[in-house]
Amino acid sequence: MDEASLLLQYLLSGITKGSIYAVVAIGFNLIYSATGVLNFAQGEFVMLGGMVAVSLARLVPLPVAVFGAVVIVAVLGCLLELLFFRRLRRHTVLHLIIITIGLSIVIQEVALHVWDEKVRALPYFTGNEISSIRFLGAAISPQAVWVLGTVGVVVVALHAFLKYSLAGKAMRACSSNPEAAMLAGINIPVMRNLSFGLSAGLGALAGCVISPITSTHYEMGAPLAIKGFAAAILGGLGNPMAAVAGGLSVGTVEAFSVMLWPAAYNDVAAFGIILLVLFFRPEGLFGRRAGQGVREH
Amino acid sequence: MNRNIKHLLHGLLCGCVTAVLSLSAEAAPRPVKIGAIFSVTGPAAFLGAPEARTAQMLVEQINKQGGVNGARLELILKDSGGSPEKAVSFAKQLIEEEKVLAIIGPSTSGETMQIKALCEENQMILISCAAAEVIVNPVAKYVFKTPQKDSQAITWIYRTMTAKGLRKIAVLTSNDGFGAAGKKLLEDMAKTEGIEIAVNEVYDKAATDLTDILTKVKGAGVQAVVNWSIVPAQSIVAKNMRQIGITAPLFQSHGFANRKYVEQAGVAAEGILFPAGQLMVVDSLPDSHPQKKILAAYKAEYESRYKEDVSAFGGYAHDALMIIVEALRKAGSPDRVKVRDAIENLQGFVGVSGIFNFSPTDHTGLSLEAFEMLTVKDGKFTIYKQ
Repeated sequence: MDEASLLLQYLLSGITKGSIYAVVAIGFNLIYSATGVLNFAQGEFVMLGGMVAVSLARLVPLPVAVFGAVVIVAVLGCLLELLFFRRLRRHTVLHLIIITIGLSIVIQEVALHVWDEKVRALPYFTGNEISSIRFLGAAISPQAVWVLGTVGVVVVALHAFLKYSLAGKAMRACSSNPEAAMLAGINIPVMRNLSFGLSAGLGALAGCVISPITSTHYEMGAPLAIKGFAAAILGGLGNPMAAVAGGLSVGTVEAFSVMLWPAAYNDVAAFGIILLVLFFRPEGLFGRRAGQGVREH
Repeated sequence: MNRNIKHLLHGLLCGCVTAVLSLSAEAAPRPVKIGAIFSVTGPAAFLGAPEARTAQMLVEQINKQGGVNGARLELILKDSGGSPEKAVSFAKQLIEEEKVLAIIGPSTSGETMQIKALCEENQMILISCAAAEVIVNPVAKYVFKTPQKDSQAITWIYRTMTAKGLRKIAVLTSNDGFGAAGKKLLEDMAKTEGIEIAVNEVYDKAATDLTDILTKVKGAGVQAVVNWSIVPAQSIVAKNMRQIGITAPLFQSHGFANRKYVEQAGVAAEGILFPAGQLMVVDSLPDSHPQKKILAAYKAEYESRYKEDVSAFGGYAHDALMIIVEALRKAGSPDRVKVRDAIENLQGFVGVSGIFNFSPTDHTGLSLEAFEMLTVKDGKFTIYKQ
């Protein structure tokens, strides 16, 4: 395989991985933007989305199963916000973050008992396990294209929602100045609930679309959450497009590090680059400096 | 009536009752306790869950048929969750409190090595369902294991490669204990078998996409790929290989021996080569094959009772338990020294994983013949023919 095709193949591989991280990072961003909380249970929403969809797919056609999974997990996200976060007015953000870590552990164990330890996967949306789209000597699985497509659609839809719809503007208002938003008559708890539900739903959608590639099992949430969080930080918290940029960057760095060094060091390369960027630009690649309306879009 | 006569009659009555009771107690011997430590939940659940189910199923069957030497078996099952610390504490419990005849399990090599010395010191028979060589090398008098050796699996892989003229290969292993053990053996044995390892990569066992490593493999132009890991990486490697257009054959470890993994890899599983015991191809064995009867019976009972595919892992527990049962029959009484000696002298014992021949220097009992090279054809396991 000639050099150029090989490079292109590495790039495609990086984009495949990166799109998986990006789709998780968007969920992180949304909850952070609306509430200031870093939701470490985001990985579990991704896992639940995949698991519920696999169970539903036995009863209904695939698109219905995916839709059903997204709705069910979104409702679950709203319920969790209601149960755990609604009453915590005076707790610091750190408390809330630790609660999300605890939640992620609980959800994992519950998933283990509801489903079991076995690995499952949704069928490929188009094609099968060996189909690949080839161009210029390199190949990519059609499912990876689905993931990228989903990421694109979600980013555009989210952007439109936040900028043009009333609910979206209300969410942005809550995040930039909660007191002023309250005075303007915006119901902060409802906005928070909505952001959790939306983030959970997006996580579930991510879980469904990546399931054919990564397989779904009860422990997949935590490693994904870590990479997704790193991608969100790299891009700059508070901007869904930045999350995508962050995810794709992390994925590409990992892929190219495999080209140069043993694969075992790809995490080192990825986190090394992240640390380097944050050292010079603490707000991430596209974030705004603190004090300049940090959570504005 | 006179008080003395009352006392006398009372004593006679008690004496009669005691005599009757003790006679009937001797008629039904005490149940024989067998301990089991399996990782039913946790990261090694794919090993421990079928092992536990198999053990429970077998004990029930044996008791229905009257037990061993007239005594019922009592299985005391502990779930270690794959944790060596829990395995140690359960082993202590089984040895000191429950005083079991023998312990079967644990499911993983890490746990087994933690309790090997403990069992040997306490003269507790341990038949492990884990595969590492160090469990039986150096040999401990009371410690045995039932899975085939990793090195035997690799011998089969390398010899098949040599027969097909494949010399330049890529070795991909996961970063857990199983992968690390496999990597070392693959590297050591490559030299003696004349195999050149051109690409040697370790990946994270939780990795979700391995196309970057496989791009490296594609660039190196190898003739075959060996993957040594557990799920889900086993199927991810298979899928990714075909997706980026690598046509070289893929060899997997004997950890691939479960129909579920073929389903997960889907069409990408076609042509995968891996060593496994005969259990996976029992339907194509001739009736004259010595293992056919036991394999067919095990598969039928397990699948009808638990509604899931039988796997080689459950087979390890099957063999561990039945070896104890056979040794107990031969020894005549649940005396640990006698049962241990009986195990060590077992020859030609037909099990699920193979035919066992133990000796004072061989506490594994299986030879290369316990393995067969299998491949996947039309979504089914078949014996690989050159």
